[in-house]
Amino acid sequence: MVELSTPVKWALRLVVLGYVFLLVGWPMITLAQNAFADGLASFQAAFSDPDVVHAMIVTIEISLWAVAINTVFGVGMALLLVRYEFPGKRALSALIDLPMSVSPVVIGLALLLVYNGRTGWFGPSLESHGIVVIFNSPGMIMATCFVSLPLVVREVVPVLTEIGDDQEQAATSLGANALQTLRRITLPAIKWAVVYGVVLTLARSLGEFGALKIVSGNLTGQTQTAPLVVEQKYNNFAQGEAYAVSFILVLISVLCIVVVSMLRPKENTS
Amino acid sequence: MTTAVLGQDTRPVGRGRPGVRSTLTGGSALGLGIAMIWFSLLVLIPLAAIVATAGKDGWSGYVDTLTNPQTWAAIKLTVGQSALVTAVNVVMGTLIAWVLVRDRFWGRGLLDLVIDIPFAMPTIVAGLVLLGLYGPKGPLGINVANTRTSVTLALAFVTLPFIVRTVQPVLAELDADVEEAAASLGAGRLTILRRLVLPSLVPAIAAGAALSFARAISEYGSLVLLSGMLPYKTEVVSVRVLSFIEGGDQTSAAALATIMLFVALFVIVVLDIIQRRVARRG
Repeated sequence: MVELSTPVKWALRLVVLGYVFLLVGWPMITLAQNAFADGLASFQAAFSDPDVVHAMIVTIEISLWAVAINTVFGVGMALLLVRYEFPGKRALSALIDLPMSVSPVVIGLALLLVYNGRTGWFGPSLESHGIVVIFNSPGMIMATCFVSLPLVVREVVPVLTEIGDDQEQAATSLGANALQTLRRITLPAIKWAVVYGVVLTLARSLGEFGALKIVSGNLTGQTQTAPLVVEQKYNNFAQGEAYAVSFILVLISVLCIVVVSMLRPKENTS
Repeated sequence: MTTAVLGQDTRPVGRGRPGVRSTLTGGSALGLGIAMIWFSLLVLIPLAAIVATAGKDGWSGYVDTLTNPQTWAAIKLTVGQSALVTAVNVVMGTLIAWVLVRDRFWGRGLLDLVIDIPFAMPTIVAGLVLLGLYGPKGPLGINVANTRTSVTLALAFVTLPFIVRTVQPVLAELDADVEEAAASLGAGRLTILRRLVLPSLVPAIAAGAALSFARAISEYGSLVLLSGMLPYKTEVVSVRVLSFIEGGDQTSAAALATIMLFVALFVIVVLDIIQRRVARRG
């Protein structure tokens, strides 16, 4: 292995730590200082506002739905991609990654074009059956599912590939049916990968802004979510409250990262 | 954290060749059917709707939307800033990955953790966080709010993890023997880095750069509070799309969105090619 000379090593450390500190570390510290500038006053002001509390609850509800749907879809899709052969598999595997690089604004627009009640492709006929998608929870859940779609699949696929299907075949040859094999063999083996996927999906879902701004209609006290409240509070000169809600959101996302990094086997530290 | 999402070995490789016969059983075929219906309703049909809506006013309408001076300014700004930030990431991301893998010092675990924060943090909060330090009331006395620098800053923040997380696992798995052999044959440090280490990192750097560019092009949330979204100055493409939507002009919004969509598709194809090539070589 190449050993750098000591001055070069220290210079690299300094550059890297300085860059990350100026870009991420110090701004985060400033956020905490701003949130607690008046003690707990900002938090009290924020959480005595029923609209803020409502937005928090909406965010949690939407995220839990998205996490549940993406977990089932993600595990199922990973099993199909790894354990079976079918035409179009490679294209499908690549397309699943698409949501990671599509703009949230484009995602919002895409759902709007298909599901809005007046001019959408499916919207009017769905609304005549009483299903309102846009400016309502179904659309918000769909937008959240869209943005976090690949996270569970991409965690589970490598683990499934690595464990192979020897144990599953053994179970089948001993007379276990498909459901028993899935429950007793496959799911326990991919348990931790699913957990990482779920935590990442949760973090991504709680923070979604652009796509939800479009499909939710941003109606205060109804479809407004926590990130949308942050924008509104900041623009309405209630900056303390914006900082307080942000602090809570950052706390949750940092917590998610800590959980994932503690659970993940230390593959890069050896 | 994002390694598995962005890493080199996350796809089932080598088994799915064109013309391969299906091995689906009854239950799995049903599962695939249900998954495809959901995937179509959620992703494929809505994205197709964007392309279809963009073509509503014909080719001339499409070109008119894109060559509108304000829209064109937004496209130039977005592409220019994304390229700039990606270039910064190529250098800084590779250096950060190097330090994380090859260096040992107190606090390295914390650095590893902090790299993931931009990925998990809500984008609107990312803008607010940067505004706290680099905004009008920041303790540094630097105020970049509503300037082009704020766009660079926000994009650098949200794209920080991408190259780090694609390069890190590749660097960790590099064979130390090869470097030692080169050293014993008299190669200097710089030669080893330039001739051995860097070439093996190129696919990972390219993959990370593609993801970073795609993310920068599509960024919206972190720019809302920080950039001021000033037309001709700090307005990026996604802000422009949103103002078309809010103005009820879905055709123009879709026209502009198709460009972003094709950039995203292009990135996916590039990643797929890189991944297949690396898998074949390894």
